[in-house]
Amino acid sequence: MNIAIEIIYLIASIFFIFGIKKLGSPKTARQGNLFSSIGMLLAIVVTLLDQHVLTFEWIIIGGVIGSLIGATLALKIKMTGMPQMVGLLNGFGGGASLFVALSEFYKISPIIPINTGIAIVLSLLIGSVTFTGSLIAFGKLQGLVTGKVVKYPLQHPFNLLLLILVISAGVYLMINPGNATLVLIIAGVSLVLGVLLVLPIGGADMPVAISLLNSYSGIAASTTGFILENNVLIIAGALVGASGIILTLIMCRGMNRSLMNVVLGGWADAGSSDGADPTKGPKGDVKSVDAEELAMILEVASSVIIVPGYGMAVAQAQHSVRELMLALEAKGINVRFAIHPVAGRMPGHMNVLLAEANVDYDKLFALEDINNDFSNTDVVIVIGANDVVNPAARHDKSSPIYGMPILNVDYAKTVVINKRTMNPGYAGIDNELFFGDNSLMFFGDAKDAMGKLTSEIKNL
Amino acid sequence: MDVISFLMLIYVFVLAIFVGFELITKVPPTLHTPLMSGSNAISGITIVGAILSAGAEEFTISTILGLVAVIFAMINVVGGYLVTDRMLKMFKKK
Repeated sequence: MNIAIEIIYLIASIFFIFGIKKLGSPKTARQGNLFSSIGMLLAIVVTLLDQHVLTFEWIIIGGVIGSLIGATLALKIKMTGMPQMVGLLNGFGGGASLFVALSEFYKISPIIPINTGIAIVLSLLIGSVTFTGSLIAFGKLQGLVTGKVVKYPLQHPFNLLLLILVISAGVYLMINPGNATLVLIIAGVSLVLGVLLVLPIGGADMPVAISLLNSYSGIAASTTGFILENNVLIIAGALVGASGIILTLIMCRGMNRSLMNVVLGGWADAGSSDGADPTKGPKGDVKSVDAEELAMILEVASSVIIVPGYGMAVAQAQHSVRELMLALEAKGINVRFAIHPVAGRMPGHMNVLLAEANVDYDKLFALEDINNDFSNTDVVIVIGANDVVNPAARHDKSSPIYGMPILNVDYAKTVVINKRTMNPGYAGIDNELFFGDNSLMFFGDAKDAMGKLTSEIKNL
Repeated sequence: MDVISFLMLIYVFVLAIFVGFELITKVPPTLHTPLMSGSNAISGITIVGAILSAGAEEFTISTILGLVAVIFAMINVVGGYLVTDRMLKMFKKK
């Protein structure tokens, strides 16, 4: 029986691997998700047949409650709310690892082999940090917790102290394996650590934070696998851990910052100061444009690139943007989208929103694929993006975003920037793009503004 | 558990990390969000541990903790797969 169970776990692992592989292409991705869910179903069913599972009422009750909550969340959430949804689900995964580790401790205590003990401590630590860290990330994205960079004195030494406390308690636990107080200290301090690690991270750094927490949830599952000596947990957890790390690194590269810099709440000086020094900021007049004038400019264009940012998500403007695209295409204009890797609040955020609005993914281009085309583009429309199009990143060594790869929208013949106000972006710095000779500000809420522009174009 | 079987677990972990890196390096940016929520659902594999914890014969603190773990893991699994499928349904080529 045990051998049969192990073989099914192996088959489940293969389903996970194929599932993730197929997630790599838009054509097979849905099938890949199905594969992976079959793997999960196999693993669950075969675990129910395990000889250690003797009562089923709690499993059924927990399973039904969890499924209902999970299904409700998944079916109710709007696409614009996807970053916080992913954050929340991540948190539950980490929380599950935390509780399994606690449960195992109470089950086998006081006789705990050293390797199991280490795995328990790691599961408690990583599971807890993932749990509360993800809840804070969820709170920030949902607007329940401040999205700003939070700073307080001795922040990093204090976090380090907490980590040392957890490790010391862990070592002490190896010497006194039956000490439940130590386990509760480890879990409690780790929960606090999760809050303190994510709290300082500002809104625009969320793509990194979310990817990193995603990775942690996988590693937590793996360490739980080490407690239970279960290969399917180790394999599945490692796959998730690796995928999260890769996304994290892609996001960091997108901002030209080290992982440490982001995790420690970087962009520190700009984020905490009260705006840029007015004597140093870019100067000049901004030219404002209304929908009617803009429609006339667009009428004579032959190529347009749209650059969406977090502002599009906030205004839920993706459908209006698609209407605009259709109106422009009806006039024979070539329309493409340029997506910066860290646009929005999670990896691929803009792509999901535009997919929801039925924009063909062939029209979406990554930074490196489209950046050379701006110079022969007639009109660029920037919708709710700011720091990722700031030319200061190319030449101003004193700028906090210096060195960050940006979309070179200022190379186009005309740049239209849709914003609600002249407020600076997340990094708290003025954007010289707005003052450029070829720049036109198109003020207004993204959804309304694009709606007006679309009807003006249709009226031409 | 003896050292050799523990080392075998480490082997499995290290090799799986490499497989993960190989599989995911080439995922296009368009699919980054579904990849994240899909892999997030996979991390709900902790459900296996949760079931083992909640299914013990006698009712103890360990079983209660297991019950909480089952609820959390099921939210992660069911929510994760459904929301990923909802997203991927939209990525159709026209």
